[in-house]
Amino acid sequence: MNIIILGTGQVGSTVAESLVSEANDITVVDLDADKLKLLQDRLDLRTLVGNASHPSVLEQAGIADADMLLAVTQSDEVNMVACKLAASLYNTPTKIARIRSADYLAHPVIFDSNNFCVDFSICPEQILTDYICKLIEFPEALQVLEFAGGKVSLVAVRAIEGGPLVGQPLSFMRTHLPHVDARVAAIFRQDRSILPQGDTVIEAGDEVFFIAATENIRSVLKEMRRMDKPAKRVMIVGGGNIGRRLALALEQIYQVKLIEYNKTSCQRLASELSKTLVLHGDCTDENLLRSENIEDVDVFCALTNDDENNIMSSLLAKNGGARKVVALINRSAYVGLVQGGKIDIALSPAHVTIGSLLAHVRQGDVAAVHSLRRGAAEALELVAHGDRDSSKVVGRRIDEIDLPEGANIGAMVRNGVVIIAHHERMIETDDHVIVFVIDKKIIRKVEKLFQIGVGFF
Amino acid sequence: MYRSLTVINALGLMLVLFSMTFLLPIITALIYHDGTLLNFTEAMLITFLCGVLMWGLTYRHKGELSIRHGYLLVVVMWTTIPAFATLPLLMVLHNLSFTDAYFETMSGLTTSGGTVLVGLDNLPQAINLWRHELVWLGGMGIIVLVVAIMPLLGIGGRQLYKAETPGPMKDATLTPRITETARSLWLVYLGITLACIASLKIAGMIWFDAVCHAFSVMGLGGFSTHDISIEYFHSPLIEFVLIVFMLVAVVNFATHFLVVRQKSLRPYFKDVEGRSSVLLLLCSCLAVAIILWWHGTYSNFWTALRFASFNLVSIATSAGYANTDFGLWPIFAPLWMLFLSSIGASSGSTGGGIKMIRTIILFKQAGREFTKILHPSAIAPMKIGGAVIPNNIVFSVLAFIFLYFMSVVMLVFIMLLSGLDFITAFTAVIASINNVGPGLGQVGPASNYSGLTDFQTWVCTLAMLIGRLEIVTLLIIFTPKFWKR
Repeated sequence: MNIIILGTGQVGSTVAESLVSEANDITVVDLDADKLKLLQDRLDLRTLVGNASHPSVLEQAGIADADMLLAVTQSDEVNMVACKLAASLYNTPTKIARIRSADYLAHPVIFDSNNFCVDFSICPEQILTDYICKLIEFPEALQVLEFAGGKVSLVAVRAIEGGPLVGQPLSFMRTHLPHVDARVAAIFRQDRSILPQGDTVIEAGDEVFFIAATENIRSVLKEMRRMDKPAKRVMIVGGGNIGRRLALALEQIYQVKLIEYNKTSCQRLASELSKTLVLHGDCTDENLLRSENIEDVDVFCALTNDDENNIMSSLLAKNGGARKVVALINRSAYVGLVQGGKIDIALSPAHVTIGSLLAHVRQGDVAAVHSLRRGAAEALELVAHGDRDSSKVVGRRIDEIDLPEGANIGAMVRNGVVIIAHHERMIETDDHVIVFVIDKKIIRKVEKLFQIGVGFF
Repeated sequence: MYRSLTVINALGLMLVLFSMTFLLPIITALIYHDGTLLNFTEAMLITFLCGVLMWGLTYRHKGELSIRHGYLLVVVMWTTIPAFATLPLLMVLHNLSFTDAYFETMSGLTTSGGTVLVGLDNLPQAINLWRHELVWLGGMGIIVLVVAIMPLLGIGGRQLYKAETPGPMKDATLTPRITETARSLWLVYLGITLACIASLKIAGMIWFDAVCHAFSVMGLGGFSTHDISIEYFHSPLIEFVLIVFMLVAVVNFATHFLVVRQKSLRPYFKDVEGRSSVLLLLCSCLAVAIILWWHGTYSNFWTALRFASFNLVSIATSAGYANTDFGLWPIFAPLWMLFLSSIGASSGSTGGGIKMIRTIILFKQAGREFTKILHPSAIAPMKIGGAVIPNNIVFSVLAFIFLYFMSVVMLVFIMLLSGLDFITAFTAVIASINNVGPGLGQVGPASNYSGLTDFQTWVCTLAMLIGRLEIVTLLIIFTPKFWKR
């Protein structure tokens, strides 16, 4: 695909990175020549210095032949104008804009084809906020990802001694939980994947991915580990875009404290938030953490812009007695370093949000993509089309489908009803099929499988 | 000094305007032939000529008023206009002293409603109407009226408006132009008053009483055309109508204006101040009713509720009607009612006292202090209804409360010095400074202010003016700083 990316911020560069690795032709436009150079040194793409909302710049970037425009600059307005220009002047097929302001999003009519022609709007901060909210709702889980509009969830959890299923074969789950249908999609033991079979025994320390209807998450989680008390007190560090949104989303249900270093931001936050206690101070100041009763905090989220601060304050919080600590870490090298150590969850914003973009880039009818295990694995929601003759999946039992090694089907959603995949189930047309792919290399094969045979037409 | 002549020039213009308000009693005198037609015409002419004279002699100094002269104008106007308003009273009631007449008109214009007149039922109708009209005019504010109908006055309208309207935050205007704001407020006020006249008529009053009581209820004054106040009507329905309109008048008229303009009731629910006032009043009604019933003052709970709610709402909103002698109730109830009168009314309403918004601000400030102790690094701006209240407003409220408190204490001491008993002195000062009307003891609902000596009457008059102009506007002109250049 021929893709133009506007903006080389956090989002722009990670998108570029993961799209380049999927064999696309990428052109990146930004005002900052240094940033572009850095990007070009690392990745195989074309760069262009210029204002992303000027037609001449877009033209130079080759918008006339582009299949997709990704406007992810810092400014909502530039992004919207770029989409409008691409639509009016060059008829670009797919236009995606990053829109952060809730004010714009409150009026969807702005984005339709008569106005700014934004086909899809994404807001990485909101995706990240929703993601963290889920983690706080299920403090035991490492990851909670939703499919089919929230009906099905894929949950990652570390099995811990004391869970009824730990030390038992997988088939035991059906006898132990007769009324709950769930499927273990993958098990990672010491960072190596194990193909889950009926006789696979779950060991303490395993990272288990299971798929279940969203309302059943809690009961399945109970099988893997002893449940803690639900979270009540949340401490957020960093009142940037994510911290503010998170506090806003949580403050009605939880007791939220937010620490921010910049006094002016503090004032603004305190006026926007109603119940949150806004604290002015340094997040790595252990005295501040202690005087704010860090030992009673259930979930501690370090969400500043600075990776090192996030890591250090999370470590301090954990040491001080916080039950679960979440750190936002941009550099992927750090993520692998700290995850699973003292810091319970290391969040890479790029990996959390990239899925929402990837869904539009992928071939075939892909409804959602979630990147797992720092981009090594992926979960896709594909829509099956056609019939037994034109499609390689529709009208077949699951065990008949020729899935590549390392991919397995977790669940289907048919007319809004969740069906957990078992060998004998059939896939019908228009089913949303959730596929778990352990290795990124085979994603292309999985997509091909779901495309309608060319010969048919 | 020349700038002070500008003030006199503007005052002249206001007197000319004020002389027009005599038209209403003149019409009344024409309808009822009560023999006061000549007196009112005379009073009108005197006022008019004085105004023209002041305006004409200082014509050369006509011009824009500075902030300090704005304050001066407001104070001068609020002391002069009651004096001119006494003219018809002095002409008709020959044995009335100037002190008492000035108290009466000041009580009207400041919407207090305490009276020194006895035999209200037998007064000429035009005089009664005049007293009630003063309440109505003073309710929304004469200067607001002037700003509303005379945009070409050429004087700093916004400054004057700020100096006269009650409440700590006056910068939020409803419309871009202050004239338009003032006009909208008066139109809403007029509209609600007409609705009140109609409701009272339907509830069983005669037209004259309905008009008079509508005037005094909308201004939260509490004047009545009868010596025994609302007890005269013996009608729970009338009492209910009055309660409703007192509660309407105790809410900020800016909120009523928003309701009319947006054609939805949402502004009422978003108005934290009005919501708190009404809630506090209704809860107190219930509590006082239960106490009265418990004490056996009334054997029937519903009777207790009727008397408790009417008198409580009336006193707490600073209207000051009574339908029974609540001075005979257990002392908790009337004192609680007077306490409510100091905090019950909203800013921008026609009520008096500290105003609910200041109470809320201080309450939240106290909470902030606690937060500061528990979380030394917390940033906790004061928020009311989602909007942040800047610190300078909090400080000005603190200063206001101090001045209010000191004024009450000093005035009570002066009253005690003059020989009054404590309950009378205390409640007379509270009732005057909150623009309520009746107090307890000698000035209780069963009697009135006619028993006070001249000196005590003047102290009460001063207290009413202090309360209406919210202390600062009046006191500022007595500070040396004000006169320094």
